[in-house]
Order: sequence, then structure tokens, then C-alpha cells
Amino acid sequence: MSDIAFDEEVDITDKVCPLTFVKAKVTLDELEEGQILAIRMNDGEPVQNVPRSIKDEGHQILKLKDNEDGTYTLYVKKIGD
Amino acid sequence: MSDAIDYSSLKKGGFMRQKQKGYFSLRLAVVGGNLTAENIKTIAEVAEKYGHGYVHMTSRQGVEIPFIEFSDIEEVRGKLAEGGVKPGVCGPRVRTVTACQGSAICPSGCIDSYELAKEFDERYFGRELPHKFKFGVTGCMNNCLKSEENDLGVKGGYIIDYKPETCISCGVCIKACREGALKMEDGKVVIDKSKCNNCGRCVKSCPVDAWDYTPGYIVSFGGLFGNQIYKGEQIVPIIKDKETLFRVADATIDFFDKNAKPGERFRHTLQRVGEEEFRKQIQKAYEGV
Ligand code: HEM
Ligand code: SF4
Ligand code: SF4
Ligand code: SF4
Repeated sequence: MSDIAFDEEVDITDKVCPLTFVKAKVTLDELEEGQILAIRMNDGEPVQNVPRSIKDEGHQILKLKDNEDGTYTLYVKKIGD
Repeated sequence: MSDAIDYSSLKKGGFMRQKQKGYFSLRLAVVGGNLTAENIKTIAEVAEKYGHGYVHMTSRQGVEIPFIEFSDIEEVRGKLAEGGVKPGVCGPRVRTVTACQGSAICPSGCIDSYELAKEFDERYFGRELPHKFKFGVTGCMNNCLKSEENDLGVKGGYIIDYKPETCISCGVCIKACREGALKMEDGKVVIDKSKCNNCGRCVKSCPVDAWDYTPGYIVSFGGLFGNQIYKGEQIVPIIKDKETLFRVADATIDFFDKNAKPGERFRHTLQRVGEEEFRKQIQKAYEGV
């Protein structure tokens, strides 16, 4: 599985819901349209819910990568300002 | 004086006798938990003028105005009617149809619960039966409205259909599924239908809409949540259209009407007469034969 090139990364494994999403959203807000963010998150509740919340915000999800250490990385392209 | 009071006809009109002599707690008709602002203003006025200035919210989305005096009953009925508020019902008949906000409001919703509650209400509310009968509608697997505690409960779901040509193999749905029904093989999603509970999380999480879906109704029968507790059981597969849903609901009500003894709840009727016959009739209604 080849990694996707990204512009910015954020680690939300230190947060619990709903702050996981809040931290990811704040980071996304600071990006330019079209830039790609890599979000590292924990297995369980975050990986079940954060991708859907990001989608509902209107951003484009590219890939969810299993890091095989109990975490996942979600690649998201920022859409809109 | 109190001998002249016809309690059962008052109960039919939503007036519940209080322990305080001569007072009634008036139950109001609420469908799917929604009241208009006008309804609420009227209720507030009646509670202030004729009651003790408060209302009680019941466990099934009902509203009651306590401390209505017997002599005010007609006047109260009139006042409420002016504000579009109808009395509720108690006693042996179809009760308040409950609903969550469903797909019209809630992002998780798979069906329009409120719309369906209104349809059930129009079809069945107040219908006389051997004992009370409760309908409840919940929009998705999260079950905020506790579908299975009702005599007939409906839960929304999605019947899913994967579109491999649209899928970008991102892997999000695999993790969104809490039933472990999905896995990725050679860049395509493989579904274990035996594990799928129709929750629709895969559809809702997919970034490229690589799923077709049909909203459906998961029906449970014979729930009880009072002195005794039974979880309503699903006996036919998820239903895809309202016509079938109403056929199944009609068959359920008819079975209860024909077979229950006065004062017997649906679950107890099923236990007494045996579930076999009921299952047969529901299967027939489901198949439309
Ligand atoms: C990705 C972010 C989030 C996730 C994964 C998440 C997850 C959840 C889950 C699973 C529940 C339990 C629901 C249930 O089982 O019925 C819940 C409830 C709740 N969440 Fe979140 N949530 C998120 C964001 C938020 C945000 C941003 C807020 C508010 C700032 C919030 C406030 C609440 C509240 C108040 C409840 C309790 C609701 C109730 O029980 O009435 N959540 N959340
Ligand atoms: S049951 Fe589902 S649709 Fe209804 S309020 Fe709960 S989460 Fe929303
Ligand atoms: S509908 Fe729910 S249980 Fe079925 S595959 Fe999708 S996420 Fe899994
Ligand atoms: S979420 Fe959608 S695009 Fe991603 S793997 Fe599942 S079906 Fe494919």
C-alpha cells in the first residue's frame, strides 16, 4: 500500500470524542483548498465516526490506512474555505 | 356526585382520575413527540387557568395536565380544541404513536419516523381493542425510541448494494461497520450478508457514494415494558415498502383483536394461543398472499 503525499498531518490519538473531530476540524480549517491532511487516529470509536464527520463537513476522503499499531491514518483533501 | 362520573368514558377521552378526589390528569394526543408552538401555548394557558400551572411529560412522549377539576372538563376540552390540541386516550385501545426525529432531521436516520408515526396514528389511533396497544417508530439501529418495547415497533434500516465500479478502496466503510460484515479483498469490498444488520453506516460513511440502498422497516412484535418485560421479536425480514408494512400491521392488530381476552396484553395472547398461528398469518401478510 503506497503512502499518499500530504501537506499537513495531525495526530488525534491523544484526544477522545468529541475532541478528536474538533482537533481534526481545526487543522483542516487552516489548510488551503485542495491541500491534503493526514489524520492519525485510534481504532474503535474514532475510526468508526471521524471519517463520516469529515465527509459530512464536505471534505474529500481519499484513503484510510491501517498503520497496524492500533492506529489508522485518514487522508483528506480539503474542499471549500 | 362522584357516582354520576362515568370513569371509563372519561378515560377514553384522556381524563385520568387522580388520587385527589374530583381531580383529573388530562392526557393529550401527541404524535411522534411533536407539538406546534401554538399547541404548547394553549397547553400552558390551560395548565395555568385550570390546572396547577405545570404539565407532566410521560415516558411515551405524551403530555398530561394534572389537577383539572371535574366541573371544568367541558370548558377545558373547548379551550384545547381552539388551540388545535386533542385529548389523548387511555384504556384498551391504540395509544400514542411514538417516534424519534428520523431521517428528516437526524443524520443517522434511515427512515422518516415522524411521517410514519403520523400514518400509523391516522390508521389506528384510538381503535378499540381488548387491551392497550402501543406503536413506536425509531429511525435507525441507534434505537433512540426503543422499538422493541412496543407491541409493534418499527426500526429503520438500509438494504445495501455495493457498487464496485464507484469504490475507491479507501477502507472507511470496513471500519465504520460495527458488525464486522465488511472486508477488503483485492481492493474490493466483500460483504458477509449474514452479519449485516442493515444499520447503513457503510452507506453514510462512504466518501464517494459507492452504495445503492433501499430504506426498509425492521418490525418487532409483542414488546412489553411494564410489570413484566419482554423484548419484541422480529419474525419477518426487513420490509421494503409501506404497503407491506401496513399489511403486516393490519394483520397484527386483527390477530390481537380476534384472539386476546379482555385485559390481556399482546405478548400474553401470543403466549397463551401459541406463536405458530401468529407467525403464519404475519408471513402471509408479508408475502401479500
Ligand atoms: C467525531 C466526533 C464525535 C463522536 C465520534 C461522537 C460520538 C458520540 C457517541 C457514540 C455518542 C453516544 C450516542 C449513543 O450511543 O446514543 C455521543 C453522544 C453525545 N455527544 Fe458526541 N460525538 C462526537 C462529537 C460531538 C460533539 C462535537 C459534541 C458537542 C460539542 C458532542 C456531544 C455529545 C453529547 C451531548 C452526547 C450525549 C447525547 C445524549 O445522550 O443525549 N458530540 N457522541
Ligand atoms: S434512532 Fe437513529 S434516526 Fe432516530 S434519533 Fe436516534 S440516531 Fe436519529
Ligand atoms: S449496513 Fe451496517 S452492518 Fe450492514 S454492512 Fe453496512 S455498516 Fe455493516
Ligand atoms: S467507503 Fe466507499 S469508497 Fe471506501 S472502501 Fe467503502 S465502498 Fe469503497
